[in-house]
Amino acid sequence: MSREEKQLLRGSEAIAESALRAGCRCYFAYPITPQNELPEYMARRMDEIEGAVFLQSESELAAINMVFGASVTGTRVMTSSSSPGVSLMQEGISYLAALELPSVIVNIIRGGPGLGNIAPAQSDYFQATRGGGHGDYRTIVLAPAYLQEAVDLTYKAFDLADEYRIPVMILGDGMMGQMMEPVEMPPFLKKLPKKEWALRGAGKGKSRFLRSLLLDVHELEEHNWKLFRKYEKITRKEVRFEEYETADAQMVVVAYGTAARIAKGAVKRLREQGIRVGLFRPVTLWPFPSMDLARIARAAKQVLVFEMSMGQMVEDVKMALDGRVPVDLYGRPGGIVVTPIELSRIISRRYEAIEHEAKR
Amino acid sequence: MKKVMGRPRLLKDVPFHYCPGCGHSVIHRLLAEVIEELDIRDRCIGVPPCGCAVLAYYYLDVDMVEAAHGRATAVATGIKRCLPDAIVFTYQGDGDLAAIGTSEVIHSANRGECITSIFVNNMCYGMTGGQMAPTSILGQKTTTTPRGRDRKKDGPPLKMCEFLAPLEGTSYLARGSVHDAKSILKVRRYLREAFRSQMDNQGFSMVEILSPCPSNWKLSPVESCRWIESEMKNHFPLGVFKGSGVKQKQAGCA
Amino acid sequence: MKGSIRIRAALCKNCGLCIEACPKGSIRVSKKINEKSYFPAEFVKGGDCTGCGLCAVVCPEAIIEVYRES
Repeated sequence: MSREEKQLLRGSEAIAESALRAGCRCYFAYPITPQNELPEYMARRMDEIEGAVFLQSESELAAINMVFGASVTGTRVMTSSSSPGVSLMQEGISYLAALELPSVIVNIIRGGPGLGNIAPAQSDYFQATRGGGHGDYRTIVLAPAYLQEAVDLTYKAFDLADEYRIPVMILGDGMMGQMMEPVEMPPFLKKLPKKEWALRGAGKGKSRFLRSLLLDVHELEEHNWKLFRKYEKITRKEVRFEEYETADAQMVVVAYGTAARIAKGAVKRLREQGIRVGLFRPVTLWPFPSMDLARIARAAKQVLVFEMSMGQMVEDVKMALDGRVPVDLYGRPGGIVVTPIELSRIISRRYEAIEHEAKR
Repeated sequence: MKKVMGRPRLLKDVPFHYCPGCGHSVIHRLLAEVIEELDIRDRCIGVPPCGCAVLAYYYLDVDMVEAAHGRATAVATGIKRCLPDAIVFTYQGDGDLAAIGTSEVIHSANRGECITSIFVNNMCYGMTGGQMAPTSILGQKTTTTPRGRDRKKDGPPLKMCEFLAPLEGTSYLARGSVHDAKSILKVRRYLREAFRSQMDNQGFSMVEILSPCPSNWKLSPVESCRWIESEMKNHFPLGVFKGSGVKQKQAGCA
Repeated sequence: MKGSIRIRAALCKNCGLCIEACPKGSIRVSKKINEKSYFPAEFVKGGDCTGCGLCAVVCPEAIIEVYRES
């Protein structure tokens, strides 16, 4: 990908611009803090792009169903929201997954549950990865930690959505949505993939229909197997993660998104003090990098999961490690954002406890 | 002898699963006739409901996509915004359009989305076994109003044509019925005018159709149709509520 | 003007609407059950059918063909 000059952009806006570069020509959303900058940016910017459609919908329920309609026609389409709005979208996401409709859904997570607050959080991990809607399905879940990564992953999300005919979720949080960093934008995609399955009117040929109602139990069983064969393929091919200073680490911190940025700062400080701690950062939350985590954390004495929630990813970490390495959790809900210094103190206390244990 | 009437070409040769005397069958036939007459099959995309007519795609020979319950007008909006030259219609029952999907239909209508909604009103929830619908009339006994719909508890029935008429984005609104030949032919005309309104990009169009539901009304097909004539159309006046180039009537006249 | 109709008996559900609609009494219920266990409507041959088509207009199953003398 050739690059342009760097621009200083807010997280929400960087994601929006990257989506447009990736060929997104349809965007429907309902305002909700802390991501309103995204629809506002789209409203201004899509006016400048030929054929682009921006529509503020009357609710998130309507937005996700407009996304559904647009995706049916083969158009690259996106919506964005924050936690309570994404709750409303769960039914729509189940339908998108069932009909195998490509789409990109951005969740700029805020504190919850209920109305919560507008501060950054990571308490929608279950909602995103366990499929908050009904039925057996998965969506690819991408968790950028830096704005450049958010730009790159948003661009990639549309390709993944089209290639696998699957909804792709991008998880940000209130902090990422608001922060500004210099980013390089990819160029506008010139050629969009053809979609033979899309509906555009029967023309002179046979009419077709897309549906998820499969009353025959054998048909529905086979459809579920078909979806899962696809999910297995994605699990083999699309796992992404980052590891930092894990080669000789006694303790591995596992974190994603903004929490991982904080954790990386903490790990850097501790390494300067000679403490052997490393960071494993999942970038795809689904498919979760279980095998890579198991391999990298195998030699460590302890894994410490740091999440801005009451602990949701920790369950996937425990499953991946399967009891081979003890797993501890440091979770902070409600929108609290610890600093790298604070986190480094917490890590160092836990580290001392392991060292003490080892000497006994 | 010359053949003067037969099965419409755009109705697939598949037996209807609908109950004997069900209005859906007649309405599907009328839709097929009108789409063929207007020669729009090639660019037609329909959104069937959750309800008895969920399998409409087995019968109508146009592209169709199934939506979640109540969301058809939002899905249709997404389709039409991406394909402005397509002729997009929704086909919804009284739960789909007047209960769970009311927000979506109001806003699509208000925005003047150039889509056509076919609203099949049988005053109950057919598929699920006959529960109260927003269009059930006062005193009507249903499985969830065993003593009859009560004004204080359940409110009065919702009249969607009247409800949407003040919205500027609506270009054509009509209510017809399929209980006798004369009314059926009027519905065909209303459907034609509604689709023409879309083809002329005038705004949101809707045709509400009073439809017999013999199974849940516990009447024979003939009795159901007679009941629409003697009772139902007094509660839901027939006629055109809004339409350009069409003689508009006040509610109460046909 | 003479007319006649053809009903696809196998798909008739005996709703009775065509019989109700016919102004000439040219349709009756058949005594022969069809494979879906309905007694279908059948055309009364030699009657007064004019080919008005009202039966086909009301038929929910779209299974009536109407013919008229040209």
